[in-house]
Amino acid sequence: MAQGNRVLVNIKNLSKLFPVGGGVFRRTDTYIHAVSRLNLQIRRGESVGLVGESGCGKTTTGKLLVRLIDPTEGSIELVTEEGPVDIASLKGKELKAFRRRVQMIFQDPYESMNPRLTIYDTIAEPLDVQGLGSIAEREARVAELLETVGLSPPGSFMFRYPHELSGGQRQRVAIARALIISPDFVVADEPTSMLDVSVRTGVMHLMQDLGDRLGVTYLYITHDLAVARYMCDRIAVMYLGKIVEIGETEEVLQNPLHPYTKALLSAVPVPDPTYQRKAVEIKGGISRPINPKPLCRFYDRCSIADQYCKENDHPPLEDKGAGHFAACYHV
Amino acid sequence: MSANEHVLEVKNLTMHYSTRKGPVYAVDDVSFTVARGESLGLVGESGCGKTSIAISLLKLLPDNGSIETGEIRLGGIDIVPLSEREVREFRWKIISMVFQAAMNSLNPVHTVEEQILEAMRQHMRHLSEEEMRDRIDQLFELVGLDPAMKTQFPHQYSGGMRQRAVIAMALSCEPDIMVADEPTTALDVIVQDQLLKRIRQIQKQLNMAMIYISHDIAVIAEVSERVGVMYAGKLIELASATEIFHGPLHPYTMGLMSSFPSIIGEKTELITIPGEPPDLLAPPPGCRFHPRCPYATEICREQVPEFKLHHGSHYLACWHPGGEQ
Repeated sequence: MAQGNRVLVNIKNLSKLFPVGGGVFRRTDTYIHAVSRLNLQIRRGESVGLVGESGCGKTTTGKLLVRLIDPTEGSIELVTEEGPVDIASLKGKELKAFRRRVQMIFQDPYESMNPRLTIYDTIAEPLDVQGLGSIAEREARVAELLETVGLSPPGSFMFRYPHELSGGQRQRVAIARALIISPDFVVADEPTSMLDVSVRTGVMHLMQDLGDRLGVTYLYITHDLAVARYMCDRIAVMYLGKIVEIGETEEVLQNPLHPYTKALLSAVPVPDPTYQRKAVEIKGGISRPINPKPLCRFYDRCSIADQYCKENDHPPLEDKGAGHFAACYHV
Repeated sequence: MSANEHVLEVKNLTMHYSTRKGPVYAVDDVSFTVARGESLGLVGESGCGKTSIAISLLKLLPDNGSIETGEIRLGGIDIVPLSEREVREFRWKIISMVFQAAMNSLNPVHTVEEQILEAMRQHMRHLSEEEMRDRIDQLFELVGLDPAMKTQFPHQYSGGMRQRAVIAMALSCEPDIMVADEPTTALDVIVQDQLLKRIRQIQKQLNMAMIYISHDIAVIAEVSERVGVMYAGKLIELASATEIFHGPLHPYTMGLMSSFPSIIGEKTELITIPGEPPDLLAPPPGCRFHPRCPYATEICREQVPEFKLHHGSHYLACWHPGGEQ
């Protein structure tokens, strides 16, 4: 966290509900609460990991933050030089200007690029959309970024097409495209999960390095806790639309408080055949947050839940010391 | 070890796919054995040939794939020269397979029970229909599924349940060896953990041999007694899991081990292996890893290192084991 504790993104009571069933002429009162009254502050220059299993709402949260989808409720404040701006309410020109500040890197480098655009056009596209720079300036900037992301010499990559590059090289192009307009904030959704191990580490190092050098703030979405350990200053664990625990990365990994985090961590396979993992304490399987009842969302699967957890609303995130928050009545 | 103790012996297996740009040698001169009841992990990155080995073992090659040379001995019999009809006697009964995408191995229009029965009717003729149905109940319990679910269709199962059903099917004809190709890769970590534990337990309980294929070395560490590491169509190192993880000798394996993040232990710096795996249409001469190897010398660029016993039961194909010059 290079630049102190100044908040860059302040998420307040953010919710996204998706209707289930229904149709054009048929109303439905059944909703999946993909993201449910979520609160999160991301500080300038830090990298926050959003971890959880599929269906926990981590990707939906990422899409809300870059306004690929609109929230049902709540606000997302981006703190700029002119003061806080609510991303959720931006329209037209303001929305376009906002897109200069926030970028996204997707999981699949094969699907997130237009196959008909050259690497040069792919990377320069954000400049084109925002109307930035002359042609010569754009060329120089693209060449510089290609070099920065390790695709060198730039001349040998600029006029190739995405299909001519490997997965690792494409993800480097995606990183260059996200960074070309010097955004404040980048949402990276599983950016390394499709890459092979021997190539993945290089991309991880690149993202960290650029984050430090350019002062980029990341929201790093991943299901892989071991990768999160290396990429993130803080980790937020999501379960059915809620953050159930958040804290400094090593603190959460070494001293998990929430029973779900404990279960999740003990289920992660360890690359050491002599290591004996703890038994995973969790019941049943993951469900979907469809019209969730007002009780702890982890109640059905929790090994320490009691009547109190059933009769009270989902517990709030509480400070358990040293910036380590957990949403559980029993920790 | 006498040949009889090996349920599977693979000798100098070479297979290729014909493509418009020329032949791609996905498996190149690979040899290994699997003992009864043993669990062998095969690890490698995408395109290293691990799945091609799996489908060669069952002779389930696509039209453009063919085994060029080598032997695949199941219980002493080489299945490479056998006809499709003859090989069918081996599938399910001697060797069975679990694929990554369980949905593709299940027929959507038949109940799971019907599909398992179909395999059993072929190979378990000594059982009556009723005994077969009883056996399916037992298999369901073994893999951790409610036997009442057997009359349902695959789409009524969750991802983890489908994978369990496919494993029940793979076990139905009491094979000597089961090949599992990334069976947990599409699953979430908690479901994966449950399934890995179950697979290990079953494999030990039935004293069945297993080849477990994965790109994830942490998963391989959980399920394997011995581990084979593949790179660009070659088996480059094969040893006990402990030796592979704690004393790797091939520079690629060494690189893999130090580039893999873990949530336990000290947070050491992750090493990057420079470059990318080679294009199998035109693999580099000599050792295929030499362009990325920090220890490569003249000989590595010119001569293919032989895959041979290094010490104990540690096999290796490298001119500079452990990086020594």
